[in-house]
Amino acid sequence: MGDSNSFLKTPRAPGAKKRKGRYFTKGRQLDPQSLVEVRTVLKNQPLHKDLAIEHLHRLQDTFGHLKKRHLVALASEMHMALAEIYEIATFYHNFKVAESDEDTPKLTVKVCDSLTCEMAGSAVLAKELAENFGKEIEISHGACMGRCDKAPVVRIKDHYVLNATLTKTADELKAYSSNSIKMASDHTSYQEYKEQGGFASLNNLYSGALSSEEILTKLRDTNHRGLGGAGFPHHLKIQSVLSVPGPRLMAVNADESEPGTFKDRYYMNNNPYQFLEGMLIAAELVEADEIYIFLRDEYSDTAEILKEALAQIKIMGLTKNRTIYLRRGAGAYICGEESAMLESLEGKRALPRHKPPFPSQVGLFGKPTLINNVETLYWLPEIIVKDPSWYSKSGRHGATGYRTFSLSGPVNKPGVYRTPAGITASELIEEFGGGMKEGYIFKAYLPGGASGGALPAAMADIPMDFGTLEPHGCFIGSAAVIVLSDKDNLKDVARNLMRFFEDESCGQCTPCRAGTEKALLLMKEDSWDTDLLVELSDVMRDASICGLGQAAPNGFMSLLKHFPEELK
Amino acid sequence: MTEGISFSLDGKDVTARTGQSIWEIAKENGTQIPHLCHTDRPSFQADGNCRACMVEIEGERVLAASCMRQPSPGMVVNTASKRAEKSRKMVMELLAADQPERQTSLNPKSHFWKMADITEVSSSRFPNREMPREDLSHPAMAVNLDACINCNLCVRACRDVQVNDVIGMAGRGVHSKIVFDFDDPMGDSTCVACGECVQACPTGALLEKNMIKAPAIDRKVASVCPFCGVGCQLTYNVKDDKIISVDGRDGPANQERLCVKGRFGFDYIHNPERLTMPLIRKEGIAKHDVAGLDPANPFTHFREATWEEALDVTAQGLLKIKDQTGPRSLAGFGSAKGSNEEAYLFQKLVRTGFGTNNVDHCTRLCHASSVAALLETVGSGAVSAPFNEAKNSDVIIVIGANPSVNHPVAATFFKNAIKAGTKLIIIDPRRQSLSRHATFSLQEKPGSDVALLNSIMHVIIEEGLTNTDYIKNHTENYSTLKEHLKDYSPEAMAAKTGIDPDTVRQVARLYATADAALIFWGMGISQHVHGTDNSRCLISLSLMTGQVGRPGTGLHPLRGQNNVQGASDVALIPMFLPDYQSVEDPEIRARFETIWDAQIDPERGLTVVEITEAIHEDKIHGMYIMGENPAMSDPNVTHAREALSKLDLLVVQDLFLTETAAYADVILPASAWPEKVGTVTNTNRQVQMGRAAVPLPGDARQDYWIIQEIAKRMGLNWNYSHPKEIFAELTSVMESIRGISWERLETEDAVTYPCSNEGDPGQPIIFGDGFPTASGRGTFVPASLVSPDEVPDKEFPIVLTTGRLLEHWHTGSMTRRSEILDAVEPEPIMQMPPAMFETLGIIPGDFVTVRSRRGKLDIRARADGAVQKGMVFIPFCFAEAAANVLTNDALDPYGKIAEVKFCAVQISKQATV
Repeated sequence: MGDSNSFLKTPRAPGAKKRKGRYFTKGRQLDPQSLVEVRTVLKNQPLHKDLAIEHLHRLQDTFGHLKKRHLVALASEMHMALAEIYEIATFYHNFKVAESDEDTPKLTVKVCDSLTCEMAGSAVLAKELAENFGKEIEISHGACMGRCDKAPVVRIKDHYVLNATLTKTADELKAYSSNSIKMASDHTSYQEYKEQGGFASLNNLYSGALSSEEILTKLRDTNHRGLGGAGFPHHLKIQSVLSVPGPRLMAVNADESEPGTFKDRYYMNNNPYQFLEGMLIAAELVEADEIYIFLRDEYSDTAEILKEALAQIKIMGLTKNRTIYLRRGAGAYICGEESAMLESLEGKRALPRHKPPFPSQVGLFGKPTLINNVETLYWLPEIIVKDPSWYSKSGRHGATGYRTFSLSGPVNKPGVYRTPAGITASELIEEFGGGMKEGYIFKAYLPGGASGGALPAAMADIPMDFGTLEPHGCFIGSAAVIVLSDKDNLKDVARNLMRFFEDESCGQCTPCRAGTEKALLLMKEDSWDTDLLVELSDVMRDASICGLGQAAPNGFMSLLKHFPEELK
Repeated sequence: MTEGISFSLDGKDVTARTGQSIWEIAKENGTQIPHLCHTDRPSFQADGNCRACMVEIEGERVLAASCMRQPSPGMVVNTASKRAEKSRKMVMELLAADQPERQTSLNPKSHFWKMADITEVSSSRFPNREMPREDLSHPAMAVNLDACINCNLCVRACRDVQVNDVIGMAGRGVHSKIVFDFDDPMGDSTCVACGECVQACPTGALLEKNMIKAPAIDRKVASVCPFCGVGCQLTYNVKDDKIISVDGRDGPANQERLCVKGRFGFDYIHNPERLTMPLIRKEGIAKHDVAGLDPANPFTHFREATWEEALDVTAQGLLKIKDQTGPRSLAGFGSAKGSNEEAYLFQKLVRTGFGTNNVDHCTRLCHASSVAALLETVGSGAVSAPFNEAKNSDVIIVIGANPSVNHPVAATFFKNAIKAGTKLIIIDPRRQSLSRHATFSLQEKPGSDVALLNSIMHVIIEEGLTNTDYIKNHTENYSTLKEHLKDYSPEAMAAKTGIDPDTVRQVARLYATADAALIFWGMGISQHVHGTDNSRCLISLSLMTGQVGRPGTGLHPLRGQNNVQGASDVALIPMFLPDYQSVEDPEIRARFETIWDAQIDPERGLTVVEITEAIHEDKIHGMYIMGENPAMSDPNVTHAREALSKLDLLVVQDLFLTETAAYADVILPASAWPEKVGTVTNTNRQVQMGRAAVPLPGDARQDYWIIQEIAKRMGLNWNYSHPKEIFAELTSVMESIRGISWERLETEDAVTYPCSNEGDPGQPIIFGDGFPTASGRGTFVPASLVSPDEVPDKEFPIVLTTGRLLEHWHTGSMTRRSEILDAVEPEPIMQMPPAMFETLGIIPGDFVTVRSRRGKLDIRARADGAVQKGMVFIPFCFAEAAANVLTNDALDPYGKIAEVKFCAVQISKQATV
């Protein structure tokens, strides 16, 4: 009989012992220091999953970028999987993920490369900046920053250099490092708006002096439409949301990102209270419990204005206890698509949803949701207060009402203009834009930003409104008119547009993800295989999930139609 | 019933059911629409991203993805329009541009290439782009994203189906790509290797390393997984008589899902250490001399024998002991890893051949206390509802269980339910991967279950949340319990449990007020000296709230081994004859004596740990052990090993030379699960059919044949020529499975019992109309506080708890011989809270010495924040650092389970060697 020690022994244990053991749990470890740092940044913020993007912003604002060790801690705090957080952090343009503390990225300066800015020389500027500052600073490209009347535009964190040059940018970089940049804001104050009769319609609606039906009738009579791009009649949208039992929500799309579009920014920055009154009226019409404003990250000055204005209307008791959330985008054109915006509001990657069901039925957090663009809401107080004839008397070439155009390109006075509906491009350029800049000859124009196709100057006498451009293969969309001149190479224009869509494609569906990428590869060639590009374009239009992929070939297709010789 | 939706499909009027997609209806009508991102496998939702299935709908501006789109009445759908075909072909061409060359690709037979053939795409006119490089960091799976088409199926497999949440789609647009965690190598990620992604991948971008280059499969064999009580159905892919890969099959318990063991753990059967011939101990080799024994070359200690000799030695040895010291000086341990037929035959041999009831198996280390409590209170020892019922629950409690490790596929169904809105309450001293999904996660102090559960019940009574009608109509002894619980307020118990009273109150309300709530428990409940009390509390909790007998409600002890339910049902336990009929009841015994044509010992037999004691007390001299490894699995295992060494005759029947076989006189080479046909019963009471996929190695034999040969040599007149004859005998003696025939199982693969006749679909949910007790009522049995047997003190200040790892099953005899499972968890580790490393002055990976009153071992420490302060965890699967050297063999008085979940240890930095 052996002693008891011999029973501690066993035959040779199984196992090949080919690998070393693991001395930590599987995957990245949560380190205590990072947890403390993340908790400090989040303070006592709630940790619902829909706040993931907000919290990523908080971390990036604090540390300049997103460190992976912090993301582990954030995932742990939010009870999310690592992959869930990582997907979100890498989807949006404006987040920057750094592997380790040693890998701390340099300051990023973004040069806008959207069509208007590129035609204004942004590519050359980017090159110059890289040559001069490339060592200390990362020069990167950025999509349309909504300041196209001041092209080209350079972004340094939350500061924007307008009509940027190398010298101007260099000066701003110095100023930036000494923190001396101030944000200008000069807008109609609450008091001024109130004195002009502001909030009367809202108060009348609250008090019962004005009924929902009256408002809906006015909206129907004036044929007020959604002005984010789709032009869907506003009263029908409200009625569609109302047809589903509550609780209902409202989401405001303030993510205007269509290249060449800066009208929503104009309205919010100049008269925020009129926009907010319109928003509260719409919320009351659909009895929305909560309102989410999805504001693009590039509009940081607007964010400050809105924060102040939202606090003001709350103090003045105008919100009727509706919670209003101001949410910050993180750089994704696709969020202009309403269902992608909903996904983003829910804290996820902005992948457009399949329709049906439509958001008016199944929207934010699965609830029926009224989604409106800023300008759509901005008009409401005016439409309600003013006599219907004011609206119907306006208009040209058979159209009625008003439209707001963002005009950019080589014209003397680029900017936001409220014009009679149905105005033509040549009228807009001449009457509002002060005509072409000296030395530039009007060659072509894009009536609806990057998506709405292009037309030659010879066709600048077509009324620009919903439905009028479609017979010519174009649409008005967000009414962003980009003017092209004889100095522009149309192949470069087509490439610029395709590159924009490739860069902004969410990647969900093949025709858009691979279609934009392959189209761009084909367009990089000196000689274009236009037959294959047309075949591909047909399929992108037919088979993409959302409007982004469907509209991506519009620029190419219409330029090919009107300028076939230049696109060979 | 909803009416059908009539619409036109390719000019034909067809009718769809609500919820059907156009793709599905087209398939039913014989039209195969190409598909990449879509699969109609269970649990996968259509995603509509690849656009390979586009169809044209009249009047619509753009095409529609047929996998997503449901028809509306009168819709005119054309699946074969020029426009639709052009789009589908273009999609394939776009994707083909970036694919590796088909001929040289890792999977030229992939679904992608099949679809390319259908759409007649073999090349692409588009330029290609640079694709990601290979990632071979994982032992089991190869990642080659150059073949990835971003179809998202692996993401859905990982996130929606298994909810392991490791795979993500990072980046955007053309730069979007599949990542693991933070774009980490798969092998360094949190991946648990369930393999759901490789089963879903249509291109070969994610592929079992074994399936690279698509080896030709000789045959596919439908069977069931042997690695835990979940009972996943699977398909073995066999080539050259070797299992080279495994796919999940659509069984009732798993719906095609598997875990790492079921997917990648079958190569143990081909391990060169397999026993292939009978062995007999060499003359003069002392039994305690095991240190130099190598299972790969046992001939230092054993010699080869013929079956004739080995069986003769076995039978004659057993008969000799029986003659000399009586039948009760023999004992047998059967196995919960074998089939029902083998378990039944084994206990029949011990009862009728040995002449004793000394027969037991690992249920004694498992759920015996749960079964004792269930039989005592509700009259039936099995689960009251399948775990899949979680989907119908508003609330589920997981207590003393870590299902994502021990019942991984069951855990996936819990996570699915939680995603759909079910609330989860976890009660366990350790955190676990499920904790992230829990509404309440109560990290109680170890061993405080009775205190905590009594305080929850106290709140329910105090706040009037009991179901008075249910108590009145279906239970008895409630007033005793009510009186008993008065002293157990959450405030009074807080110091014991470590849980703040407010949380206890919220948990009590959540459970009691749920429309349907279901309780799952595991070894953390049963493996205590108060294990039966723990279970009694859970039963009382469900009875007082009426959370039993309806969909989404019930009591579910998650059974550990693949056939521990079946082995217990067929009486591989010392106190019962089949169907839990008392062996001490003369009437019952008489019936079986007639059927078996033999005398049965009128006294119940000894249990596992009692048998060890009886050997030490010189009462037992001979043992026959089939597929059990008490030299690893028993508490205070040096004591058990010493007992094994003392036996006059030890016969061990197993696949490998186990730590137990090292003490054997005769070793009989047995059959592995994929080498045999037979039935097993899972935790859901589903009897399932296992089938042989590969031949036996060398001269290994079928276990039923070996048992029968011993029986014949002991004078029993047995003549079974196929397991189905044994199964027929089983159904004839067991009321519970009377309606399940072998033929029925061959066709249906799984039938739930109770099942009374051939047409009976079986009853998944029981106790709907009372309980199988004498009164028809469930009984409340109050439980008082009992301390763990060995509480920490100054000398042994740390609580040791033991259990399993995801990759290793039971004592590791099989899984540690699987190349992949061994690669993932290759060596003994102790899980220790990070703070303790500082205290000890060590870093993760350093050796520590762990001592208890019973033994000591050296082991490397792994930092694991899931373990609470003052506690460590050692898995019991590693022979070179066997946790059971340390554990306490104090028993629960009712279930006779040892308290392996709790003992006191001291831990020190290992002295420099």
